[in-house]
Amino acid sequence: MAINVISPGLSTTVQDLGRPGYYHLGIPLSGGMDRFALRAANMLVGNDEGAAVLEAVFLGPELEFTAPATVAVTGGDLPPKLNGEERAGWEAFPVKAGDRLSFCFLKGGARAYIAVSGGIDVPVKLGSRSTYTLGALGGHEGRALKAGDSLAVGQGAGGKGSVPANLRRMPGNPAELRMLPGLYWHRITETAGKQFFADTWKVAPEADRIGYRFRGGTALNFVAREQPFGAGSNPSNIVDACYPYGSIQVPGGTEPIVLHRDAVSGGGYMMLGCVISADMDLIGQLQPHSPARFVQVSMDQALAARHDRQATLQRVRAHLDR
Amino acid sequence: MSIRFSFGGDEHIFAEVSEEMSLEAFFTSLSMTNAVKAAGIKGVTEICPANASFQIKFDPDAIKPGDLLKELQSMEGAASKSDASLKTRIMEIPVLYQDPWTHETLMRFRERHQNPKATDLEYAAEVNNLGSADDFIQAHSSQPWFVSMVGFVAGLPFLYQMVERKRQLQVPKYLRPRTDTPKLTIGHGGCFSCIYSVRGAGGYQMFGVTPMPIYDPAQKVSYLQDEMCLFRPGDIVKWKPVTRDEYDAAIEAVDANRYEPVIRPATFSLTEFNKDMAGTNAKLMEAIHGH
Repeated sequence: MAINVISPGLSTTVQDLGRPGYYHLGIPLSGGMDRFALRAANMLVGNDEGAAVLEAVFLGPELEFTAPATVAVTGGDLPPKLNGEERAGWEAFPVKAGDRLSFCFLKGGARAYIAVSGGIDVPVKLGSRSTYTLGALGGHEGRALKAGDSLAVGQGAGGKGSVPANLRRMPGNPAELRMLPGLYWHRITETAGKQFFADTWKVAPEADRIGYRFRGGTALNFVAREQPFGAGSNPSNIVDACYPYGSIQVPGGTEPIVLHRDAVSGGGYMMLGCVISADMDLIGQLQPHSPARFVQVSMDQALAARHDRQATLQRVRAHLDR
Repeated sequence: MSIRFSFGGDEHIFAEVSEEMSLEAFFTSLSMTNAVKAAGIKGVTEICPANASFQIKFDPDAIKPGDLLKELQSMEGAASKSDASLKTRIMEIPVLYQDPWTHETLMRFRERHQNPKATDLEYAAEVNNLGSADDFIQAHSSQPWFVSMVGFVAGLPFLYQMVERKRQLQVPKYLRPRTDTPKLTIGHGGCFSCIYSVRGAGGYQMFGVTPMPIYDPAQKVSYLQDEMCLFRPGDIVKWKPVTRDEYDAAIEAVDANRYEPVIRPATFSLTEFNKDMAGTNAKLMEAIHGH
């Protein structure tokens, strides 16, 4: 069984749950930006939740199947079409040899997850099939798909069913991104901290798998200090340090950037804290220009949100008899 | 030196050993991360030493954030007392300074630079009160550098110059980062040099290129078949200025996969280094030539 890529979409990559364990070498986590949707797509087609799928952003690919399989598309509202006929998202459907899967224009969210029974069978690199394009590592030849590519698919039993709307997770409008202040939060003034949470930000065009930039809020005021040796002269500079996944850095104090799955692993900009693990999926579904707010939470609230997300996933499993 | 701990969301603990860079801070960070590794704490998924700080990623479903924090704090005393010495490697990295590729790139991004009329090397010479680019190259390449962090992108080493602080080269980063940097560029920002392992964005000043691959995701390069990233924290680097002809010959050897990097075992003791930097460096550089 194989998938032939007729047209690749804007940037379609092979992703699974990621490649932890190599951050100390500068190799990021990678994996799906919305791992909730990725897991659900795999459940629908009867795969392990961590099987490799295709992640399409903004514009879907056109794909041809060489053998029968089960397919499901989850995530943003990028309606699939089978041989030109629209199909529902978040629902398993069978395909035959020669069938073509294409997509309508994006109606909501940003990324769709295309799971095929058996999973995309690219070689495992450092424990994962995920694509890290900057490092040309993993996925299909370390890059986004191109027309003419052919992807091997594993053997799978297939699955059925759909995920009802109340069990899907999508960002609100404005998106509310819960954030635990910390790291170098003490570098900004109290007023600047309050304003950061009060402002409504907008996703900038520079929003990709490395990170999401936000603009439209107030520039930060820093607490005055003599810059430490080796940090650099700008008050937003620190001695180059690790950047946690989800950390919010603010180069020059102007536009916050939330690092995501293909994060640069370190650098010399101060960070205000991290978006909590439960809300990282939501960032993956934000389009440029969409409004977002950062909402301050405590560690206890972050852990409660993490458990809520897990409980929702558990309800999806129960709903699909898994 | 008291470590400042902070949670990075619900999955990370960030630990700042010192606000400013020093080899003492690096060694405390390294001994802390080694201690965490040795402790085999359940739920710890990533251990990342950095220049003067480190980061632990954990699974809060497996260990309570507060419990992990307490465990790390309990290790602090032992780490700060540990002997700051290493069995490590010294590597000679050939550099074609003032090469045509970084020159073409820096000319494209002149409007993002502090001094659009000078090259990055001329600017670096000027802000360090060195007479010319050649004087800067001499200052940059005459003494070894210490790999104090690996990261940013895959396999990129941050290098800290092994000289007295007043002699350390410091150059501001670009005013706004470039969107392009040639692969294997030798860069410098703040007090750190680096080697860009892949082509991409960057904000460090660009001085030259090395012909020697340092990251190979295909694991075909002879010396990168076991580990796709060459550098580890604690490695020591000596830049070797080369001519264009030597650079071209090295590229030919790399393409034929018969390039043999100069990598020798070395030992480093921070106490000895602080007592006699010139003597320690001289011994390290002798090790390159097998003495």
